Amino acid sequence: MGKIQLKQVTKKFGDVQVIPPLDLTIEDGEFAVFVGPSGCGKSTLLRMIAGLEDLTTGTIAIDDADATDTPPAKRGLAMVFQSYALYPHMSVRKNIAFPLRMAKMDKAEQDRRIAAAASALNLTDYLDRRPGQLSGGQRQRVAIGRAIVREPSAFLFDEPLSNLDAALRVGMRLEICEMHERLKTTMIYVTHDQVEAMTMADKIVVLQAGVIEQVGSPLELYHAPRNLFVAGFIGSPKMNLISGPEAAKRDAVTIGIRPEHIDVSDSGGMWQGKVGVAEHLGSDTFFHIHDTGLAEMITVRAPGEVSFRHGDTIHLTPRADQIHRFDAEGLRLS
Amino acid sequence: MARTVTTNRKIINTAAAWTIGLLIFFPILWTILTSFKSEATAIADPPVFLFFDWSLENYRVVLERSDYGRFLLNSVIIAGGSIILGIIVAVPAAWSMAFVPGKYTKDILLWMLSTKMLPAVGVLYPIYLIFIKMGLLDSRIGLTVILMLINLPIIVWMLYTYFREIPGEILEAARMDGATLREEIVYVLTPMAVPGIASTLLLNFILAWNEAFWTLNLTAAKAAPLTAFIASYSSPEGLFYAKLSAASTMAIAPILILGWFSQKQLVRGLTFGAVK
Repeated sequence: MGKIQLKQVTKKFGDVQVIPPLDLTIEDGEFAVFVGPSGCGKSTLLRMIAGLEDLTTGTIAIDDADATDTPPAKRGLAMVFQSYALYPHMSVRKNIAFPLRMAKMDKAEQDRRIAAAASALNLTDYLDRRPGQLSGGQRQRVAIGRAIVREPSAFLFDEPLSNLDAALRVGMRLEICEMHERLKTTMIYVTHDQVEAMTMADKIVVLQAGVIEQVGSPLELYHAPRNLFVAGFIGSPKMNLISGPEAAKRDAVTIGIRPEHIDVSDSGGMWQGKVGVAEHLGSDTFFHIHDTGLAEMITVRAPGEVSFRHGDTIHLTPRADQIHRFDAEGLRLS
Repeated sequence: MARTVTTNRKIINTAAAWTIGLLIFFPILWTILTSFKSEATAIADPPVFLFFDWSLENYRVVLERSDYGRFLLNSVIIAGGSIILGIIVAVPAAWSMAFVPGKYTKDILLWMLSTKMLPAVGVLYPIYLIFIKMGLLDSRIGLTVILMLINLPIIVWMLYTYFREIPGEILEAARMDGATLREEIVYVLTPMAVPGIASTLLLNFILAWNEAFWTLNLTAAKAAPLTAFIASYSSPEGLFYAKLSAASTMAIAPILILGWFSQKQLVRGLTFGAVK
């Protein structure tokens, strides 16, 4: 079990309100991702769930039992930190055993669990090494191993992949997803990387300045962003936001169109502009287009190889059913 | 060109460092040399440097006249006891200051250090009276406690700086892993801080060993450490330089040897954790 409920939770550091009153429920077995720009309060929120940070007001319930004043050790949650936070003076085996040792588990059961975790995480050959002798990816695995041996009711991840290089990050992302499929344990994952959020989450919580901007599945957020912030934050490359006459034509203050929802041609489109930079990825081509009279720059993602060059005139046609409309407050118009 | 300049600078720096080093070491060297001279050679004018009749006579007389072993034992017990007691008090104090600082933590730290700026003699009278009342005069326990107290600010400061270098996330991880506060300090913090704690212990052991004001004023015979041993040879007539030197040499020898073998730790200790 691992249902986590936050009710009217707030946090102040001194006089600064980091989290205004906030309600959130994470269901048992769910993979929830908190995403937002740095300083949006996502890590603070996670640390409050962990018990490492006190709540200013409000309550936290874990499996319907009030845990607001429960110390971190008693919450039955495991956390993986950005810096891995391994114990440098202990071997990998002792690092993984530490939570079991603290729980006074008997030695045979400890050994069984350590062996299981080590083989699941490919750490069997490294059990007698110190963290200092491991690579970044291996350290991260040890940190995860230390979390899974406890069989916690939920895992908390605080930007666990941001210290890894790009290739490793993709690999670890898959491993964490697979682990979730296998264990079916609640996971709360904090990241500033929207790609991680989109690929991993069952439920994404988009935060800005401590406020939840939207909660939903990755595709809900992609297809129906509740406001301009979510529209701009989710999706890569970013959604094009256009205001002015083009928006007014559609009874909106701002309209948004994703780069992949604009068709390009060399003649006869709705808009036209000049190609600035063309990025050829093989599978896709990204065009950064200037002089459209719509916005500073329009980004277009064309599938496959499309041969427009720097300085070429390009014609653009947005797909009418993929245009998002927003009002003066930046809220979505249906 | 650039290279020559650096080499020249290096030579100048090295020469300057050696000059200053020798200048500082000279009194100690002179004391050691004098301890091997006869009383007459010791006060000879002009002074004799190396060419005299080397003799162990002074050491024989000093060892015969006073019980060196007892003074040494007292020094070891008092200095050793004071740092052990100090570390037991200072680890939790430094922990709370480093990891759960309050509004006034910085002020408390400064205030603690400010007590070291006070001349010790300023509190001699009250402390002396307290010691009489509590029957602590000339006792090892009393001296251990007083030395612990006077070095406590430095011990706390040093540990505080070392603890600050330990990433807080590791302690939080321990908390998440189910460690109680005591387990967190015993199994995680202390082992990680061992190098820092070692330098702290070493430096404060030396400070306690060399402490002369309180050890001289609060002891008579029973608890007297090596500082009192030296003092007992400085007679007002001042005619026994050679024997005084022999006593001094014997008193500083243990700590000098200890210091020599732990130079690396000491440098780290003296720079308050700035050098890794």
